[in-house]
Amino acid sequence: MALIEARELVKTYAQGDAAMRALDDVSIDVNPGELMLFVGPSGSGKTTLLSIVGCILRPSSGSLRVLGDEVTHLRERDLPAIRRERIGFVFQAFNLFPTLTAQQNVALALDLRGVGGRQARDRAASLLDQVGLGAKLDAYPADLSGGQKQRVAIARALAGDPPVILADEPTAALDSQSGRAVMTLLHELAHERNRAIAIVTHDNRMLGYADRTVRMEDGRIVSDERRQVPEGAVA
Amino acid sequence: MTLRISELAWRNLVHDKVRLLVTVTGVVFAVVLIVVELGLFLGFTTTTSSVIDRSAADLWITGARVPYIEMGVPYSERKLSTVLATLGVAHATKTVVRFSQWQRHDGRQESVQVIGFDPNQSLGGPWNLVEGRVADVKLADNVIVDELYKEKLGVSRIGETFEIRGHRARVAGFTRGIRSFTTSPYVFTSFKSAQDFATVAEDHTIFILVKAAPGQDIEQLRSRLQARLKDVDVLTTSEFSAKTRFYWMFTTGAGVAVLLAALLGLVVGVVVVAQTIYATTMDHLAEYGTLKAMGATNGYLYRVIIQQAVVSAVVGYSLAMVVSAFVVRGSTKGGAAILLPLPMAIGMLGLTIVMCTGAALVSINRVTRLDPATVFKG
Repeated sequence: MALIEARELVKTYAQGDAAMRALDDVSIDVNPGELMLFVGPSGSGKTTLLSIVGCILRPSSGSLRVLGDEVTHLRERDLPAIRRERIGFVFQAFNLFPTLTAQQNVALALDLRGVGGRQARDRAASLLDQVGLGAKLDAYPADLSGGQKQRVAIARALAGDPPVILADEPTAALDSQSGRAVMTLLHELAHERNRAIAIVTHDNRMLGYADRTVRMEDGRIVSDERRQVPEGAVA
Repeated sequence: MTLRISELAWRNLVHDKVRLLVTVTGVVFAVVLIVVELGLFLGFTTTTSSVIDRSAADLWITGARVPYIEMGVPYSERKLSTVLATLGVAHATKTVVRFSQWQRHDGRQESVQVIGFDPNQSLGGPWNLVEGRVADVKLADNVIVDELYKEKLGVSRIGETFEIRGHRARVAGFTRGIRSFTTSPYVFTSFKSAQDFATVAEDHTIFILVKAAPGQDIEQLRSRLQARLKDVDVLTTSEFSAKTRFYWMFTTGAGVAVLLAALLGLVVGVVVVAQTIYATTMDHLAEYGTLKAMGATNGYLYRVIIQQAVVSAVVGYSLAMVVSAFVVRGSTKGGAAILLPLPMAIGMLGLTIVMCTGAALVSINRVTRLDPATVFKG
């Protein structure tokens, strides 16, 4: 069963007197155990689709189900709970909190869920250990490399144990080696922990990690290709 | 939701130490300003009516429509007999409070307020004596003044003699901390001497102070006396005190000016704290956007901002109280008393927290309008 089911999504923006369609009748499923890439030129609607799927942006029309629940008609104040409990986010610029250590950054995501104190610190340490940063708990973002920052961000996204992780250009700010390491980590999360990973990227080097590649142009999906990647091929 | 200070709120606050210093300084400045102005107001109001409040009388009988103690007008002392003959009166005494002129040894004249009381009774006399005894004014011409005004009156020790309106006055004692709201120091003396010093006719008094019998209802006694006495007002001590305070604080505008200054302090505090908390919020706006995208409710974000405001308030308040304590202590030797009673100090903590959280509302409004989709815009 798909964790996210989007049907006939349309998003229009007012542009002067005219209306610009950022998304035009997009339907797509996001499945567990699958790493999918959204690719396409700038302005093709990838980030808009990611924002709507992540319940950050509302569609102008269409239907969106997250873990089976229709969310398009939910009140604005109910959406944070959907994002908090069901979706993890990884951002292009990492969006870490510069005044907090790596451990505190991850623990903050737990604090949002009402988990605090030692329990949060222990869980944060465990998550950082899982992404290979067990020795960097007390490091501040300014003291970490780009790849390490993105791994902290991934640990933070995993804090609520969400079944879906959405990533916006997670390798754009990284060198190729760090980029590969981050993609390998996300690939493992999809395959070994059965998460649904949806990534928006311009980085063609990452295509090899995809189980599925969705190509977008002018707000529409122009191709949706699945590919079985043999285990170990990307490790 | 937990009540502890969130790590984020604390780190945001202490991350920029210069900004924290500015915020706390703003709070300290505002709180000290408010404490000093309110303390002055409190000191002034207490001072204006201290002679009434410390008189130990239950009722004051004044000339008709006397607005405040310094405006007392003489009336026949024969009314005292009527008062003493009234059911429910334990005892009563004549009292003078009137301006006069004190002549220093160097010839300079100083305005004073002569208070004439009966040293054989416990009504209307001085308090806080540090030298001499109340009974010393039984001797003709003896007076008691406050040590605060030694320099103003040119007095250095007991036994010195001066002139009040051409009558000899001998200093027989000193009190401590009996301030006059006007610039004219109080001079306590016997009723008889006061009639000479303040030019009150021999068969006249300015006030009659009444002590009710134990268990006597004061209101009933007041009505009874008022019915029996013509051309005078019978006021409870608290009524006359309130009239006097109201006159000096509001009719003259003195109190309004002080209260306005306190309000100004509040406004300055709100503006300074609002500006610095807003600047801190703007610095961390992208982080608040990230938190919103991650599923933080507006309530969670408000809590972070308000916690920063409350910490600023508590730290600023604590430092301000230390500064205020020095100011209050310094004022005890000055001409104007600044009072800081415990209820006011506790109230100031509440006011400071309200001021700082109120100042945080501007930041909260900005965060409320923040679109979490900004996190995907690079």
